[in-house]
This record gives sequence, C-alpha cells and structure tokens, in this order.
Amino acid sequence: MKEKEKGRRDFMGMALGACAAVGGVGALYAAKRTWDPLPSVKAAGFTTIDLSGAQENVLVVEKWRGKPIFVLKKSADMKADERDVVIGSDRFHVSIGLCTHLGCIPAYAGEEKKFKCACHGGEFDASGHQVFGPPPSPLEIPPFKIDGTKLVLGETGPEYQKMLDAGLTV
Amino acid sequence: MAHFEKAKNLNEWLDQRLAVNTLKRVLNTEYWIPKDINFLWAMGMVLAATFGMLVLSGIFLLMYYKPDTNLAFDSVNYTIMSEVGYGWLWRHIHGVGASIVFLIIYIHMFTGIYYGSYKRGRELIWLSGMALFVAFSAEAFSGYMLPWGQMSYWAGMVITNLFSGGSLEAYGLVEWIRGDYVPGDAFLTRFFMLHVLLIPLVIIGLIVLHFGTLRIPHVNNQEGAEIDFEEAADLYKAGKKKESKVIPFSPVFLSKDVFVMGVYFILFFYLVFYNFNFAMDPVNFDPADGLKTPAHIYPEWYFLWSYEILRPFGKDAGLIAFGIAQLALFFLPFIDRSPNVAPAHKRGLFQVWFWVLLVDMIVLTAMGKLPPTDPTFAMLGKISAWTFLALGPILFIITMFEKKIEKGA
Repeated sequence: MKEKEKGRRDFMGMALGACAAVGGVGALYAAKRTWDPLPSVKAAGFTTIDLSGAQENVLVVEKWRGKPIFVLKKSADMKADERDVVIGSDRFHVSIGLCTHLGCIPAYAGEEKKFKCACHGGEFDASGHQVFGPPPSPLEIPPFKIDGTKLVLGETGPEYQKMLDAGLTV
Repeated sequence: MAHFEKAKNLNEWLDQRLAVNTLKRVLNTEYWIPKDINFLWAMGMVLAATFGMLVLSGIFLLMYYKPDTNLAFDSVNYTIMSEVGYGWLWRHIHGVGASIVFLIIYIHMFTGIYYGSYKRGRELIWLSGMALFVAFSAEAFSGYMLPWGQMSYWAGMVITNLFSGGSLEAYGLVEWIRGDYVPGDAFLTRFFMLHVLLIPLVIIGLIVLHFGTLRIPHVNNQEGAEIDFEEAADLYKAGKKKESKVIPFSPVFLSKDVFVMGVYFILFFYLVFYNFNFAMDPVNFDPADGLKTPAHIYPEWYFLWSYEILRPFGKDAGLIAFGIAQLALFFLPFIDRSPNVAPAHKRGLFQVWFWVLLVDMIVLTAMGKLPPTDPTFAMLGKISAWTFLALGPILFIITMFEKKIEKGA
C-alpha cells in the first residue's frame, strides 16, 4: 500500500514537472518573441530615396534604421569607383555615414571633395576610401536595390550583392 | 485550530501570531558580531541605507518620468527639474546616490579582499556580493538610459554593440536586445522595465541571500581570528561583556553603524545639495540624437576601469580581455590558495599584490577618462590593462607559496 502510494505521488510529481517544463519552454519562447523587434519597426527598416533631384558634389544625408546615409552625386572630375551606385549615366557614392574608426559622423568638405571626421582626424575620399588617419576600412555601403531613379535601402539588389561578393563592403 | 491565550499587550499578541520575539532574538539581539572590527565593517549597512535612498527617491521620480523617446528627456529635465515641487531633490539624490553607491561598493570589496573575508567558509559571501555588484552595474546602466540624452543614447548604442561579439558579428542578437536597429522606443521602455522592476527585485533577493551567507561563517574580524561564537555569546549573555569577544548585532553593533552612517550622510547630502554636478554629465543635457555622435564617449567613473581594459586592444582581443576582467573577481576565493585568513599586512607578498591591484584599478580609471589620442596615456592604459590581467595568475602563484601563519603565536 505504502509503495503504491509513493508510486502515485511520484507519478503526480513527474506529470506536474513535465507539464511545467513544456509550459516553461513555451513561456521562454513567448518571452523571446516579445523582445523581438516589432513588425512596424522592421517595416520602417526600409527607406526609399529618390536620386533624380540630386546635385553634383552636394552631400545629401538621409536616415535609414536610425543611421545617417550619405548620398553624393559624383561630378565628372571625380574618379569612378567600383563601389559607385550607377543609375543611367550618373554615378553616386552611397554609404553609411559613420566613421569606421569609432562611429562618429564625418562632415563633407565640398571644395576638397573629402569626408572629414572631427573626432580623430580620419579622412575619406569621395568614393568613401580612407585616405588619412585612423579609420581601418572604407565607409560601409548599406544594402540597396535600384528601382528606376530610386534607391531602396534595406533590400539587397543584384548590384549590392555583387559588391558584397567582391568584398567591397561588409 | 492552535491554542491561543488572551494576550496581555500588543507585543505578546504579535508574538503569539508571528513569533516576533524569536525573530528579534535570531536576527538582532543574538546575532553575534566580533568586537575586533573597525569602521570599514559599517560599509554593508551604509550600502543598504544608500540602496534605500535610491529606492525612495526612485519612487518619486517614477511618478513623473515618461518612458517614451519623445517625452523622456523633457519629463526629466523640464517637468521633474522645474515643475515638480522638490523634483530636483529626488533627482539629485538619485544621481548622487547611484554614483556614491559604487564608491562604497568598491570600499566594501577592497575591505573584503584586504582582510581575506572571502576565504574558508566565506566563499558564498563573496560570490553573492559579486552577483550584487553585477546587478548594481546593470541597474546603473539601465537607469543611465532613462533621461534619453546624448550620453544615454550613445552609451546604449556602444554597450549593446558589445553583444555583437566582435568578429562574430551577431547583429541579430544586438537588434533583439534593442528591439530595433538602433536604440529607440522599444529599447527605452524595456530598459525602463528592467530599471524599475526586474533588476531591483533581483537586487533585493540577492541582498537577502548576501545576509544569509553571513549567518553561519559570521562576519570576519581585523585579525581573521577564528572565534568560538557560542562560547563568546554565552559569556556576553552571562553579563561578562568585557571578556566576551562578541557583541549583538542590535543594538550594539548597529549603534556603531549608525554613527558611521551619520558621518556618511553628512557627506552624501553635502553632495546632493551643493555638489551634485559630478554625477550629471553635461553631454547628457543634450537630447538623444542618432545622427550626431558626441566627440568623446566615456562611461561613468565606476565603469572606467573595465572600459580601459576593453579599449587598448583590438576589437576581438579587447572583448576577450573585457570578459575576463568582468569574471575574474568572481573567482578570487578559488585563485587565492593560501590557508591564511588574515589581514594583508600579515601575509607578505599578498600585501604587495593588494596595493598593486588597488593602484592599478585607480590608474585604469584615470586613463579610461582620457581621450584615446594621447600616445603616452594610451601606453600607460595598455600597461595597466596587462597588469590587471596578469594579477590573477600572480595571485595564484604567490598564495601557493604563502607560509601558514601560526595563530596565537
């Protein structure tokens, strides 16, 4: 009788434990999903920029996923670069405007055609290559897709995929 | 139903139902503290009192604070500071308290290290204390996000970026922690929740555990002497208070604590009323702007030493060094191989080790505040970071060869 009782108590304990474990895993999953970025946040992760109105050598700063995005229409005297975004006959430099040294935002000096970072003196040319100071790598290019004269940031188009494969950005 | 006699007074009435007299005896009048201690032994109660001040001031701040990226900055800097009657008082208590609590935590920790209060039965005191240090750090960081100024935003950006794990590039994890690509509304509200509910609950639980771990091994004393607490307690209870090596926690030890607390709170309120600016970074009085990085980002002073261990190395090596530095102190009771529970000045090379550690952490703190551009200071920072990392293995070696001190000799 006693043995039997013990067996029944053990069974109840194990049944409760099993249910609690399943519930616990479920609750953990729910907690994880609750912390995920909301659909509205993710939807706001795409920014469309119209490039048709851009002027040569005038920097346009857009915002994508909270980060500054540099868009610079290249003038004829600027060197073509494999990192350029080409739309028709126009070439654009598009990059995330954060210095690759410590994440400050460089300013564009139009007459020198250079990006200059005030924090530690880093400089980048009009194609985003580091030319002076501590930055270890060129300005990063955000994922983009060309849509006519528009640029959709956050989507990976074939041109961006090519740059990625060639190791021109990370 | 249990049998109850009619109570003669309120105390007896409570005692019948709650055993308040037993509680009082066990927790206060017969909880024994060694006599051979100094003011440094009061830091525990000073910390508890400071935590109390933080909770109290936090309650009042909570009534007007708005966890919304559009409203947070003004709710703190305009509403609480200039509209709410005495709102400035709660904010300054909260800001000064958050800074000073770390100073006392560090004093408390270094006292424990100096007197060997983490050894031989007291390991759990150290471990629960370190867990409290981590919880307080998380509490400080989450609280620093709430005013949503430039330093809040960029500290949030940099610290959450650490979770990308350097070359692991786990940006998915970083975005999950933030609930956004950059610190935004979801980020602010979840850190608000952590700051006002979850982490304080954890802290309170850990404080109870920390007190619990003290109960059996008892508080250490200035000589690290082993005391027969039962014998000493019997002497005390028999009226031989002079001969006994112990005093009861309450009211005797507590009255000493209260004196130290009195001196401490004079300093505390001097800072709150006349010198609160040290706890208020001027950069954080600019509203958060994701498109403008402050020229020089640095953490509050109490995180500078670990920040300086992160900074002089490359991205990955820095993260590893940082990780080691955060965890290393946890293992102190197990790295120290010496059989002696004694103050550092009786432990030969350990004394040297102790002062090198203390000075090294002060140098790291000073270097962490400076911009990374000066090569001399950068080098000094690097040397002290390496020194910190080397101190662990060095402690293991010197304590292995430490001679056993004969007690009573």
